[in-house]
Amino acid sequence: MTAPHHREVDPVTGHDTTGHDWNGIRELNTPFPRLVIWALVLAFLYSVIAWVLLPAWPTGRDYTRGLLGLDQRAEAAEGFRALSGRRQDWLSRFGGADFAALTADKALMATAMPAAARLYADNCAACHGTRGQGGPGFPVLSDGTWLWSGDPDEIATTIRHGINADDPDTRYAEMPAFDWIERPDRIALSRFVADLPGGAADFETPAGGLFTENCATCHGDTGAGGLSVGAPSLTDTATLYGQDPETVMETLRHGRAGLMPAWSGRLSGAEINLLALYVTQLGQGSGGRP
Amino acid sequence: MTATLTLPERRIGLFLSVLLALMGLFMAAAARHGVMSLHGFMALGLGLGLVFLIGGSLYDPAPPHRRPDRYYDAPTRFGLTLTLVWAIIGMGVGVWVAALLYWPEATPPWPATSFGRLRPVHTTGIIFGFGGNALIATSFHVLQRTSRARLADSISPWVVVLGYNLFCAWAVTGYLMGSTQSKEYAEAEWYADLWLVVIWVTYFTLYLRTLARRNEPHIYVANWYYLAFILVVAMLHIVNNLALPVRLTTAESFPVWSGVQDAMVQWWYGHNAVAFFLTAGFLGMLYYFLPVRSGRPIWSYRLSIVSFWGITFFYIWVGSHHLHYTALPYWAQTLGMTFSVMLLVPSWASAGNAIATLNGAWHKVRDDATLRFMFVAAVFYGLSTFEGSFLAIRPVNSLSHYTDWTVGHVHSGTLGWVAMIIFGAIYTLVPQLGGKRQMASPRAIEWHFWLAVTGTLIYVIAMWNAGITQGLMWRAYDRNGALSYSFVQSVQAMAPYYLLRTIGGALFLTGAVLCAWNCRATLRGAREGAADRPLVPQPAE
Repeated sequence: MTAPHHREVDPVTGHDTTGHDWNGIRELNTPFPRLVIWALVLAFLYSVIAWVLLPAWPTGRDYTRGLLGLDQRAEAAEGFRALSGRRQDWLSRFGGADFAALTADKALMATAMPAAARLYADNCAACHGTRGQGGPGFPVLSDGTWLWSGDPDEIATTIRHGINADDPDTRYAEMPAFDWIERPDRIALSRFVADLPGGAADFETPAGGLFTENCATCHGDTGAGGLSVGAPSLTDTATLYGQDPETVMETLRHGRAGLMPAWSGRLSGAEINLLALYVTQLGQGSGGRP
Repeated sequence: MTATLTLPERRIGLFLSVLLALMGLFMAAAARHGVMSLHGFMALGLGLGLVFLIGGSLYDPAPPHRRPDRYYDAPTRFGLTLTLVWAIIGMGVGVWVAALLYWPEATPPWPATSFGRLRPVHTTGIIFGFGGNALIATSFHVLQRTSRARLADSISPWVVVLGYNLFCAWAVTGYLMGSTQSKEYAEAEWYADLWLVVIWVTYFTLYLRTLARRNEPHIYVANWYYLAFILVVAMLHIVNNLALPVRLTTAESFPVWSGVQDAMVQWWYGHNAVAFFLTAGFLGMLYYFLPVRSGRPIWSYRLSIVSFWGITFFYIWVGSHHLHYTALPYWAQTLGMTFSVMLLVPSWASAGNAIATLNGAWHKVRDDATLRFMFVAAVFYGLSTFEGSFLAIRPVNSLSHYTDWTVGHVHSGTLGWVAMIIFGAIYTLVPQLGGKRQMASPRAIEWHFWLAVTGTLIYVIAMWNAGITQGLMWRAYDRNGALSYSFVQSVQAMAPYYLLRTIGGALFLTGAVLCAWNCRATLRGAREGAADRPLVPQPAE
């Protein structure tokens, strides 16, 4: 390709050029570096070895299976089996729901609770907070107050079937809208509800009468809740959406029906019991509250 | 723009602008509302603007020169301006979304500003807006110089530059309105894809027609790379975007591919977008601007040709390494992995060829920040192609996949290689286009260089740490068979790296802003026409 009369030796490298010039650009006629050839050969050898050992080339309807006989589905299944085998040693104990006995087994709890913490973080923390601190609309789990019950059995039921969830045995709780009450009355009622935790609410007022007529069925005569219908206590300082007059007005106007999904399709029975125990301890851990 | 066109060319331009406006009007009217209608109005606006621009200067004096003796640089200059505009948009959005990952609470309460919509604005803005405009603009320059021929006609380059940017603007505004076909790096909807096909075919024909008129006996290797970029991107774009519109009057469509075939086609496209958009085209840029700036001959002609065919041949196979440990059959994964490893050889041969070209010009690398940009680009090209082949090995990928290591790898390629070679080319080209001896502020180039290198290193090192940390945390089991970390813990562990990444990105953006300012200062009051060698007169037939 290089005509002899183009011969032009580059002083830096000692190679001649190809003889072309593109707007001042020239190219050296450097011989093809051996290193590159060897690298190509090596890379190709690596590939051939991989093709021989692993599934590699399609052959119409089939493919070359490789001498190692590897199958990625089988490998994945084997990996899962090995790990869940290690878990079953202790997790199977949670299949039964004798929570008192489980709690009493200190060695078991030392193994299980760190795993429960991760299970909680991966499944519950998105709504209930990484430390169970909750948020508007999502109950606090760490303050020892409960909508249904702090009993691990009941907590397990809630996790399993959810609240207002797509599950035949779900817990059902709805705060209906009271938008039919005249607005001035609703204002008075919301102020009354806001005053309940401080004990300043007077039941002998018209607003107190409205409360007894409309709210006491679920929230209890004194507003203390605890009737196992998921109606929160209105006398403690724990709140779900907020207990200031504005929020209560909103609740009265539109109602509330929070949703907790049912986890039985996603978590095993043992995992749900483990989580129930973890959540129970989360509520006890805060101290401060009975 | 119009001053460089003759009267018949202005008439054709006017006619095409009216067509564009009519197409826009038709789109807007047919769609009536929604994204497609707004995009119709955008085309209508662009068409009408061009009608007024060309119509207003239709009978202005004709261009003075004997034009076949001159290169046609006006589209290059316009394209470089758009390159810098897109650089600032794309990098700005990038820094913003990086900051959102560190301060998610700062997300404004409007859907258009959510992370999910802004992220493709960043990727499209950078890859297609910044990278694509740089490729188109420099390809026109390189093509003419290495062929010693003026572009085949004066209308097509404008169709390509303006049409391509209309595509980019459609894509980006569509994402903000929530319109996407959910294919990474191919998010734009069907009508934008069709439009791009028209533009791309125009580009390809223009390139071939100009090459056919060359006054050089041989085609310089840079043109091979640019041509591979244009041709393969057309192929990838068409196959991956095959879709059936729900209706011809709405933006939504269904892809013709489904299931694992869809995934395979998408990553065949996705990885070859990296190969032919972000590599082949930029190697063309490197093979022209590096020898021009360093004044050195290409170290090995043979190596440049073998690397070219090695890269084009091996790259096409490797897309399946994006789908390791998925529903894709194992055999396809093995092929992707092995071809990725073999690909390293021609990639390093290209990087080595570039670096060896600098032998005899190292004093220039020391003194000239522009040449240093190109040197660093070649080094990062070598680093990121090594990393790419390494990450494609299946067991390595089991650690790195789905982590920020991938993000770090991409940015070592895009910041360290693609953007650096673009800046090197810009700093070589802009003074020439402006008829100046050098850039307005050589000191600003020096500042830009160090900001870019520091920003890239901070970004890439932070993402390596982030990715390896995530990968290790996700796969760690304690001795009882339970996960050692929750996902939330792995997110919390990212905080310092995400902050560092934001800082690195901000440094890089600052450099790009300096570059834009420097280019503006250099081109202000520029003389028309580059001062380089005139064309060889056309030989008599």
